[in-house]
Amino acid sequence: MSMTTDPLVIAGRTFQSRLFLGTAGYPNQKVFLDALEASGAQMATASIRRISLSGYEESLTDLLTGRVHILPNTAGCQTARDAVLTAELAREALETEWVKLEVIGDRELLYPNVEELLKATEELVNRGFVVLPYCNDDPVTCQKLADLGAATVMPLGSMIGSGLGIANPHMIELICARSPVPVVLDAGLGTASDAALAMELGCAAVLLNTAVSKAHDPVCMAAAFRHAVEGGRLAHGSGRIPKKLHAEASSPEFGIIGS
Amino acid sequence: MNALELKVNGAAEAVAAVTIADLIGAKGLDLTQKGIAVALNGAVVPRRAWGETRLAAGDAVEIITAKQGG
Repeated sequence: MSMTTDPLVIAGRTFQSRLFLGTAGYPNQKVFLDALEASGAQMATASIRRISLSGYEESLTDLLTGRVHILPNTAGCQTARDAVLTAELAREALETEWVKLEVIGDRELLYPNVEELLKATEELVNRGFVVLPYCNDDPVTCQKLADLGAATVMPLGSMIGSGLGIANPHMIELICARSPVPVVLDAGLGTASDAALAMELGCAAVLLNTAVSKAHDPVCMAAAFRHAVEGGRLAHGSGRIPKKLHAEASSPEFGIIGS
Repeated sequence: MNALELKVNGAAEAVAAVTIADLIGAKGLDLTQKGIAVALNGAVVPRRAWGETRLAAGDAVEIITAKQGG
């Protein structure tokens, strides 16, 4: 693997950055834009919501156009039907076939409704969408999504917005090893080392929002995640040493003074 | 132009509009603004069809855009 050119390709689109950033919850627009730049992200997520009919509202589309690819999500949808309509609206509004597919089964835990997620994936793939589904850290579900034509799978590290990091690293590693499509770790990351771990486990990219937007210094944290993703990716390709249960001196054993 | 009883983004109201394009204009939105999409009774109406898609009393119209999201 080359140190400098190891681009990520999803559905024919090449990314130099393996970090996708959410656009919600920043203290203000300047901090958001500075954080986006510091992250190096080339794709940012957005939600699809009713437009304000009670006055002027700054357009996120205008703000992001020319800076990054916009990845619309179906956040808040609880049925395949609602998710498909939201994706269709997003395609019309943003002129993109790409969609981060979320179909939620529990409003408190924000865990996916797998049955509806599979149904929506199949329907959207049939309608020509590039589907990036947010899913459980479950290799069977991930395999089913890939079989249905999902462009990636995006298993959660832990609950959305929780900052708990990767709750089941062994399963994420297993999903990465078996997946025929790129694995994007989505949700739950709390700090930069979580992203480095995701990449070391074999993830192709990470998607995060809250860990940056709600950090005390979002711009600095965005830079930290950028470096963590790059470091984790390099480590993944470098072949880590095996873990041992005893010490092994790295300095020469001979010529020690006093021996 | 007669006022039609519509449901626009979840709110019931009477709007003087014949087509979706009329409704967009009546709501003070710019027809050429990027990043907007419209659903009529649960189905997307492409932008090119806004001018010819007629509204009927009782129609539910959703006008959406991209907002912050994760």
